[in-house]
Amino acid sequence: MKMNWKQITFLSAAVAVGLSVFAATADAADWGQYQVDDRRSGFTYMTDESRAMQVDNFQNPGMLWAEQGAELWSKVDGKAGKSCASCHGDSGETMKGVAASYPKFDQELGKVQTVEQQINYCLENRMEAKPYKWESGEMLSMTVFVNNQSLGMPVNVKTDGPAAAAYEKGKAFFNERRGQLDLACKHCHEDYAGGIIRANTLTQGQINGFPTYRLKWQKVGSVHRRFRGCNSMVRAKPFAYGSDEYVNLELYVKARGMGLPVETPAVRN
Amino acid sequence: MASDVKPRVRVQKKAAKGEIVEIKTLISHTMESGRRKGKDGKLIPRSIINKMEVTFNGKPLFNSNWHPAISANPYMSFFAKVEESGEFAFAWTDDDGSVYKKTASITVA
Repeated sequence: MKMNWKQITFLSAAVAVGLSVFAATADAADWGQYQVDDRRSGFTYMTDESRAMQVDNFQNPGMLWAEQGAELWSKVDGKAGKSCASCHGDSGETMKGVAASYPKFDQELGKVQTVEQQINYCLENRMEAKPYKWESGEMLSMTVFVNNQSLGMPVNVKTDGPAAAAYEKGKAFFNERRGQLDLACKHCHEDYAGGIIRANTLTQGQINGFPTYRLKWQKVGSVHRRFRGCNSMVRAKPFAYGSDEYVNLELYVKARGMGLPVETPAVRN
Repeated sequence: MASDVKPRVRVQKKAAKGEIVEIKTLISHTMESGRRKGKDGKLIPRSIINKMEVTFNGKPLFNSNWHPAISANPYMSFFAKVEESGEFAFAWTDDDGSVYKKTASITVA
């Protein structure tokens, strides 16, 4: 991208203002775009080191998956002899905004679709190829690549109209107690966000940075992997990857973070 | 994973004489510690990168030995003072004996 001098001056002015604001309100931490009203991205709960790791494209290990996704993007697969690039163009630019607006209601299928499901829909129906397994390297790479195109764009999912039913179900799931520990998502992520659970800091459970490079996992993981992890920790039986329960929940949780920037691939501990 | 190990290096292209430059490296690798157990309950054999060597114009610049506690996809950065134009050569040695190589050149004005 080429910038003219006006834009450059504007940018450096914006950086200077950002710094002075930060210096003036160091106590009341100004999180800039990472906080919208009372919604705080998981970014704001991380250590300085993890944050530095995320914002530096080179240092961010999640970008390894994005690179691999870029290669897959133009790789021809399946009987139709097509690649993603055949329909969507060579660069991923056509995918701009996807991460911000998904999960999204699909008129044709009559249900809410996540990015993963849409990728597999294209693979099966447009390319006539074998769909990816949910947590496979290919799927994660492709999802990271697609979502990364929307980096910095505010989350803006539709929760009304045909998506309303799924949203309500997701909300009910979020507030419903489950497992032997009898805990709902909300007990940790709404009532005790910012507190400590064993050695971990509880966040609001925002998913604007998924698929996320989690240091504990030593790799990138999907939202549904995160849901499954939480569910089994409260000793409930986790649902399957891509199950309706998790798709609905993903829609609700994404909508909880309305306005937060897409951070894929975020780095979390 | 050993098949898709990909080293990445970032060094600025130009520098002034005597300038101290930051060199960043990242290599994709699972760094299997050898202490984890698989689904069958057996130990997964260790497979890590155990050595990283950097030379500048053929002279040793930076050496490090790595051990099983190093996380996957290791990131390493360090600083070097450059007095002349030349080439940094990076080499990572795997447990299985393979060596992953990458070079980056710098011009001193």
